[in-house]
Amino acid sequence: MTTVDPYAGERLKKTHFYPRAAPLNIRDAWVAWNGYKFAECYYDAEYEYFCVRNSCATYDICPMQKYYVEGSDAEAMLNRMVTRDVKKLGLNRVMYTVWCTDEGRVVDDGTIFRLADDKFMLTCGSPCNAWLKMSAFGFSDVTITDMSDEIAALSFQGPTSCAVLKKMGLQGIETAKPFDIRHFPFHGDTLMVSRTGFTGDLGYELWVTPELALDLWDELYAVGADYGIQPFGEEATNMTRLEAGFIMPDLELHEALKTIHLEHDQSPLELNLGWLVDFKKPHFNGRIALLKEKERGTKYTLTKLDIPGNKPAVEAILYKNERCSQDIGYVTSAMWSPAVKANIALAMIRTEFLKGDIWVEVYFQKELRQYRKVVKATIVKKQFWTPPRARATPPLDF
Amino acid sequence: MGVLDLNRVNSIVIGAGHNGLVCAAYLAKKGHSVLVLESSDTLGGLAAGREFHPGFKTSVAHSINHFPQKIIKDLALESFGFGAPAEPLPTTGLSLDGSHVVLQKDTLTGVGESDITAYRHISRLLQRFADRLEPFWLKTIPRVGIKNLTDLLTFGQMGLRVRMLGKADMREFMRITTLPVRDLMDENFEHDILKAMLSWDGLVGSKLAPRSPNHAVLAMLYRRVGGQHGSVASLIKALVSAASAAGADIRTSTAVEKVLVKADDKGLIAHGVRLANGEIIEADRIISATDPQTTFLKLVGVANLEIEFTNRIRRLRCEGYVAKLHLALSDLPKFPGLRKPGGRMIIAPNMDAIEFAFDDAKYGECSQQPVMEIIIPSIYDDSLAPLGKHVLSAHVMYAPYQHKGGWDDAKREAFTARAIDTIARYAPGIKEQIIQSELLTPLDLEHEFNVTGGHWHHTEFALDQSLMMRPTYEAAQYSTPIPGLYLCGAGSHPGGDLTGGPGHNAAQEILR
Repeated sequence: MTTVDPYAGERLKKTHFYPRAAPLNIRDAWVAWNGYKFAECYYDAEYEYFCVRNSCATYDICPMQKYYVEGSDAEAMLNRMVTRDVKKLGLNRVMYTVWCTDEGRVVDDGTIFRLADDKFMLTCGSPCNAWLKMSAFGFSDVTITDMSDEIAALSFQGPTSCAVLKKMGLQGIETAKPFDIRHFPFHGDTLMVSRTGFTGDLGYELWVTPELALDLWDELYAVGADYGIQPFGEEATNMTRLEAGFIMPDLELHEALKTIHLEHDQSPLELNLGWLVDFKKPHFNGRIALLKEKERGTKYTLTKLDIPGNKPAVEAILYKNERCSQDIGYVTSAMWSPAVKANIALAMIRTEFLKGDIWVEVYFQKELRQYRKVVKATIVKKQFWTPPRARATPPLDF
Repeated sequence: MGVLDLNRVNSIVIGAGHNGLVCAAYLAKKGHSVLVLESSDTLGGLAAGREFHPGFKTSVAHSINHFPQKIIKDLALESFGFGAPAEPLPTTGLSLDGSHVVLQKDTLTGVGESDITAYRHISRLLQRFADRLEPFWLKTIPRVGIKNLTDLLTFGQMGLRVRMLGKADMREFMRITTLPVRDLMDENFEHDILKAMLSWDGLVGSKLAPRSPNHAVLAMLYRRVGGQHGSVASLIKALVSAASAAGADIRTSTAVEKVLVKADDKGLIAHGVRLANGEIIEADRIISATDPQTTFLKLVGVANLEIEFTNRIRRLRCEGYVAKLHLALSDLPKFPGLRKPGGRMIIAPNMDAIEFAFDDAKYGECSQQPVMEIIIPSIYDDSLAPLGKHVLSAHVMYAPYQHKGGWDDAKREAFTARAIDTIARYAPGIKEQIIQSELLTPLDLEHEFNVTGGHWHHTEFALDQSLMMRPTYEAAQYSTPIPGLYLCGAGSHPGGDLTGGPGHNAAQEILR
């Protein structure tokens, strides 16, 4: 007898790697991402974090949105949509970029892959189909195809990742530079590998047809066993990306199209992503607004902080003085960083107050009892953490 | 006038429709060097005189009912031959049995005493409302959120003028402006033909029927403002003369292919045009009298526009629903019950007839039983047809721009035949008098006049596309998101019809 599930349409979908990932999720710690069942952690977030930093680990990015943008106008269409110059993106290269509303507020960030002169893949955290279609209107030869469910994608990060791929038979993978794309024959099909990731470490992202997803997993885990391979989830990702200084949706970035309150979204300049905004390009969406913002200065600036002590300043308010009489911003993400050995945070701070003192009101708990302390933070100008291995080509062998 | 020094053109006006000409004349009078570029070989756009059969001429826009006195005076149009006829043309609601309803100035005949009394009351009320609104048709409607005093005053005046109607009138004004015109008619009148003919001015040229809410009553008020009636041909002639006399250089058969836009460290700037023949003309500013979709999507191109702005232009409602019928006639047709088929004649036996005609078009078909407005302009201007012969001009509703399955000759011919059959019921001998007939569907109008959707008003004249939202915010004050590029056509406030309003307002904004 079969019973009909009345909530079938409501249940979370399973990713192409689910049959292998689920048994490894011994904590049954699942969350949702774009309608997919998605691991928050598999065993222990800190353990997974250390696997990323010391051996290698996989992160299932099937729920990430992927679009093919194709046609002779694809480059022009993307170039008008995003802030960086897509013309400068070489064949088989990847670029990180953002795209903005007319008012120069960030719709989303993501990566663009140039797969051919007239074929690109765009990836991003949230569904972007409507925005892409709207952006494509008026260009005669461009088609948008949502490939989100059609491509299985696995992020493979950590210092031993290159060694594993090499041992798997991906010849020459060690010559791939950061943001390079390589293609390898794989079970009669093609395995696309990009040297990209969200951890700030040596790492790759693997792209394959869904039919070969489990074969890919199995080979990777068979070879990776000797190299400390382990799946990692959302929590560990959040730790690694914060050390790398990358922004995270719903923490640093409130997508403009989902923002109701005035200016509760962000501009790329506020997010300290000015390097992504290529004003030399003739026109792109938000350019006029961003030029104006650049001239008058941003209201807020995303700032890296080093905070005394070891209590993460989660959700802390920032003040101009120790008395906390004038607030000047707020912490967006904070953690004790094992790699940096510092109490780090990203914070949105009113630009005019960056020159003065920055006091942080930290709340913390000891065995249920609440405490508060006010400490003076230091601005960190450089990256929190940039290991040479992240960029070394060829990477160190193991 | 002398040849312009093309190195020193201040303003290029794209399109020599009447608004383009009005704008050009104002700017030239202020000493601008103005170049008007018209793609066709005639001047006047939809109001241009055109020969549809050897010896027979008319224009698509066949009547003027509210051309502002101010523009006539500013541009001295009377000295260039534009004048009003001795008295405004009557409007006649045709009846099959010959008992027509005639409205001559404010005198109504052919209906009962109660309708006459009601008309007197309603007419005065609507006139009071129309008078309140009148100043704002020739004013830029400021953007919302603006802080400068002049603009705030405009808003203040709008509120004040409506409030000054007095409490009772103001309430009535608020109640009826968005009312379906059918409700207003049913509340006040009894005679079916009277109701239909009075509704006409609220509906013609729009995607509206009597039961549609939105802007029918507003359109009636717009068309009620005090102004000039007169001949379309003489208006265009006068505007061309006025603009030329002021020094504007007007060129026909000169199609603009692109508005040239370049980026600088402030944003974008429009700096010239490229003609279809490849020639490039630089100018301080480009003023487009063409419709907003043509201007932005074709001439500027989306690569130079913001995405959300482009989307607002894309979704403008630009589909025309009126076909234009032209008949070359061997003689003046006879309409039983009418001494002379003068003025404007309306064929719409009742409001249901209009509604049902619209229902067909809503679903992509031409009306099975079309309704229409007829004028025989050759009665007033004997240059339009050979001696003793005549031209009949009719706006026939409804013919959807997007016909189900697409327009073709067979569909056009079928609709032409239906329109002629309809007229023949009121003028029985007319079929024998027809030398030639021509019907222009909205698609034909689009092709021949470069107007998106073949829409009279360039884009629907409706509340959602009116005032500071016409054609859309960020382009509603005649300037556009691209410095140096302006709009001056019917797609801008106040809208369509032969009023010169957008051309006038754009010029004021540029000269500000």
